[in-house]
Amino acid sequence: MLVSLNWLKQYVDIHGFTAEELAEKITRSGIEVDAVIDRSQGMTNVVVGYVVSKEKHPDADKLNVCQVEVGEGDVRQIICGAPNVDAGQKVIVALPGARLPGGIKIKKAKMRGQESNGMICSLQELGVEGRVVPKAYADGIYVLPEDAVPGSDALELVGLRDTVLELGLTPNRSDALSMLGVAYEVAAILSREVKLPEVKYETTYEKAEDVLNLRVEAKENPLYAAKVVKNVKIAQSPLWLQHYLMAAGVRPHNNVIDITNYILMEYGQPLHAFDYDALKTKEIVVRLAHEGEKIVTLDDQERNLKAHNLVITNGIEPVAIAGVMGGANSEVTENTTTVVIESAYFEGLSVRRTSKEIGLRSDASARFEKGVDPNRVIPAAERAAQLLAELAGGEVLEGTVLVDELDKTPARVVVSPDFINARLGMKISLEDMLSILNRLQFDVEAANGLLIIDAPTRRQDIKIEEDIVEEIARLYGYDEIPMTLPEGNDQVGGLTPYQAKRRVARNFLEGAGLYQAVTYSLTSEELSQKYALKAEETTKLLMPMSEERSTLRQSLVPHLLESASYNVARNAESVALYEIGSVFLGKTAEDLPYEEEHVAVVVTGKWVDNAWLGEKVNADFFIVKGILEGLFEKLGLQNRISYAKSTVDGLHPGQTADIFLDGEKVGIIGGLHPVERKNLDLKDTFIAELNLKAILTATGEELVYTPVPRFPAMTRDIALELDRAVPAGEIIDIIRKAGTKLLKGVNVFDVYEGEKMAPGKKSVAFSLTYFDPERTLTDEEVVNAHEKVLKALVETGAEVR
Amino acid sequence: MEQQLKQLEQEALAKIEAASNLKELNDVRVAYLGKKGPITDLLKGMGKLSPEERPKMGALVNTVRENVTNQLEARITILEEQAIQEQLEKESIDVTLPGRKIRTGNRHPLTRVIEEIEDLFLSMGYEIAEGPEVEKDYYNFEALNLPKGHPARDMQDTFYITEETLLRTHTSPVQARTMEAKKGEPIRIICPGKVFRRDNDDATHSHQFMQIEGLVIGENIRMSDLKGTLDALAKRMFGEEREIRLRPSFFPFTEPSVEVDVSCHKCGGTGCNVCKQTGWIEILGAGMVHPNVLEMAGYDSKKLSGFAFGIGAERIAMLKYGVDDIRHFYTNDIRFLSQFHRTEE
Ligand SMILES: [Zn+2]
Repeated sequence: MLVSLNWLKQYVDIHGFTAEELAEKITRSGIEVDAVIDRSQGMTNVVVGYVVSKEKHPDADKLNVCQVEVGEGDVRQIICGAPNVDAGQKVIVALPGARLPGGIKIKKAKMRGQESNGMICSLQELGVEGRVVPKAYADGIYVLPEDAVPGSDALELVGLRDTVLELGLTPNRSDALSMLGVAYEVAAILSREVKLPEVKYETTYEKAEDVLNLRVEAKENPLYAAKVVKNVKIAQSPLWLQHYLMAAGVRPHNNVIDITNYILMEYGQPLHAFDYDALKTKEIVVRLAHEGEKIVTLDDQERNLKAHNLVITNGIEPVAIAGVMGGANSEVTENTTTVVIESAYFEGLSVRRTSKEIGLRSDASARFEKGVDPNRVIPAAERAAQLLAELAGGEVLEGTVLVDELDKTPARVVVSPDFINARLGMKISLEDMLSILNRLQFDVEAANGLLIIDAPTRRQDIKIEEDIVEEIARLYGYDEIPMTLPEGNDQVGGLTPYQAKRRVARNFLEGAGLYQAVTYSLTSEELSQKYALKAEETTKLLMPMSEERSTLRQSLVPHLLESASYNVARNAESVALYEIGSVFLGKTAEDLPYEEEHVAVVVTGKWVDNAWLGEKVNADFFIVKGILEGLFEKLGLQNRISYAKSTVDGLHPGQTADIFLDGEKVGIIGGLHPVERKNLDLKDTFIAELNLKAILTATGEELVYTPVPRFPAMTRDIALELDRAVPAGEIIDIIRKAGTKLLKGVNVFDVYEGEKMAPGKKSVAFSLTYFDPERTLTDEEVVNAHEKVLKALVETGAEVR
Repeated sequence: MEQQLKQLEQEALAKIEAASNLKELNDVRVAYLGKKGPITDLLKGMGKLSPEERPKMGALVNTVRENVTNQLEARITILEEQAIQEQLEKESIDVTLPGRKIRTGNRHPLTRVIEEIEDLFLSMGYEIAEGPEVEKDYYNFEALNLPKGHPARDMQDTFYITEETLLRTHTSPVQARTMEAKKGEPIRIICPGKVFRRDNDDATHSHQFMQIEGLVIGENIRMSDLKGTLDALAKRMFGEEREIRLRPSFFPFTEPSVEVDVSCHKCGGTGCNVCKQTGWIEILGAGMVHPNVLEMAGYDSKKLSGFAFGIGAERIAMLKYGVDDIRHFYTNDIRFLSQFHRTEE
């Protein structure tokens, strides 16, 4: 909403405050002022000029040499290229030294050899938006009325000595979608009076109801008022009205249209003007459209109507889509003489639905959607009649053609001052509360410790006690509210075990050298299941903005790889990232996808790079595995985790494993497949993804101290020759099983595959640790235990070297 | 004999002096003091001397022995010191060369902001509530006083999955779910999480972002409690000297509703580019929980009241750290992420 202060002054006294001060007060007490716009934009030396003569420029087809009087006896030559400039016009002249919007400075100049002492201006050159400039002047200079005085301030004359407040209205404050609504608000803030326009006009003996029949056949239209005005002379509106409209962002057309727009802005009540003769039937019938019925609207578009669209008809065919747009068949034209003015209450939901379907949102439909003031519908029609008489020479027929079943009673709210103070944590006196409510022009009565309030119908946002709390607080001043903290808390608060462990996991992963990444949950359908631990039914958006963000992901890996690739493309030598986030799987009973929190890791490039020390380690499988093992150990799960070789699309078939917790699959780890690496322009790259939810909800072993061993441990080494395909993990399992309770640790300390081995063979060396916490072991005991292990190994076919 | 002894002594001392390492010294020791050395030989030859001469010679031999031994030891000490000196020199390093890097990562700046806020509220006895990112229309809108067709639904464009399910547009549905689960009991929670809006990604918009909302419900929860709580939050995030101010606003789920400004941390309130010369920066929206929201979740709005607030993690991080483009939070450029390694101040 654009509020011209010149216009606002017609209804409320704002003297004593600068525009900025007023804006600050309005913002602090309820409605945000987004901008304070000085329409003069600091322009100077812009005056009225009289074009004494116009001649063609001798050397330029499109230029005219004008002699312009810009003050008594002060005639200057000005070159003008506008097609509509002519002798005898009063025009806007920017004199040399003038500064115009956009940093333009006017200087004396020669144009094709002819001197020019200034510029004849269009409204656009004065900073008026092209879309609101009247069509007649849209492509040329603006022509002033004949009585303009040369040399006087032109900005005053075109309404640019004005300041406009741009209001950022929240949906609840539709009352401020009108100048009167803003006036009430400002009056309440400043404790001043509101001056309503005085509506008086003469009527003819002829009665409106004798020339117009009205029927309303739809409950979506509880109030319809029509005025009939005869002998209207279609012409330009007076300048003041045009300027108010332009300040409000509306383009002037002709007096009838301008009057409806003016009242739309003044009262917040949309009006529509029909050409009475074009209606043909002397009848208006409001009804729901027939399915498939058609209407050509004012913008010359043919619209297909549905059975729930509310239409105004002439009893035969639609002449307007109610509250949205008029029809071309009943449009007011230059030849119109009799006008029907419609002022109605159309239900917001109906207008909203129709305007959305048709794709037409206008100042009018926006106001209907939010709900117009029931008590301003008929006054707006009266105001229109008055202005048509005053500004278009019309003769108003007596009476209003009316169907009125609208409830116009104000909402009653009963609230106790104690409640208000309790909600606010304040001690505002009853007197202060009453004073605020009076300033707001709320009808209030204090009785039995209660405030009985009838809120005016223009304030449709006032319905409940809390609304009154807000009104009192905002006008009393939010700065006056003290600062306290909630009392009476018996909740201890704190992180849940899951949340605490998640923080532990984050700390661990960061300590292990990984940066936390955050990527998007939405991905393409193609990537949504790639690398997924378990692919299930995907969740897709109904109307995605792009295919790239159309589906919810089932793995964190694809976007992490994209991030890795992004960094490598920018010359990062080493990228190590992790992300914690949800994946979206299948459906639950609630018809929502099952959301599972996962953690994923990606490592690429150099892991260790101490160049001057000659130490370089590239990313490999065991770096990532080591990180996971560390995490499992941190969570006390190391003895319940196992790995098994596996294949996953996109991962290297020889470098991929599934990860199990107590035998349940909870993750994958692997090297990126060479083809994928090539696609993403990555070198050796390794990833892992874990079902974090499963891992953090698995209860680890209770943390109880075990005594530090007081007796020495003994170690024995075993070297085995194995088939290359035999996993070391299997051998460790065999050793663990065969070892007696004295065996406390098994460690791989050497793996060799090379020329010294037979083809297809490898050598793996294990170090076994034996000890007894209670005593020193004898050699014999260790030998016995170790023999059992060796025997078990031999039985499986391993060759002990 | 005496002369012979003196000569030996001279010879030995000269060799000791000449020895340049411990091995040579050892050779000298063996040669002169050893069991097969000349001094031992001399001692053995003492039997040929007269009894009067013997003690005199004995004393002399011992003196020589002692003298040679002392010199030998002194020389050993010197050589040992030299050897250590040499070792130290050989082992000395350029201490200005860089150390072996310890690999560390760090938290994402958004997590950093969220954890900081979480920790503040945890210390005030709050719990952290979480909920699904795909939500039912009911919890995201209807339970929050936003029935179908409500004009305020236009305020946030929504990614729908079906007519009835959607990507949550705020973390408020977690509040709605918590209220439903708590069945009328008091509540003190904050709800951090990812939220989604139909926006084209650019420097200031992101279709996915992080929100942290807070909800307190109890007996006699007042607007002054909201103001005090948000003041603590502003001071924690932007510094002890910060002040807040409330401006009236509108949210369907709160009444009264406010926008909250914090005094500019860059200029202290005198006006600068960050605060667009106003001295104030809008940081969050808040209000007293709307009675419809309480009633819908089964709370008696006459007995209990509450406040709620919602804050954007990106906005806080952008203001706090001067980040100029919201997309930085989602591209995961290491050169960006690694800047959030250090402590503040
Ligand atoms: Zn500032």
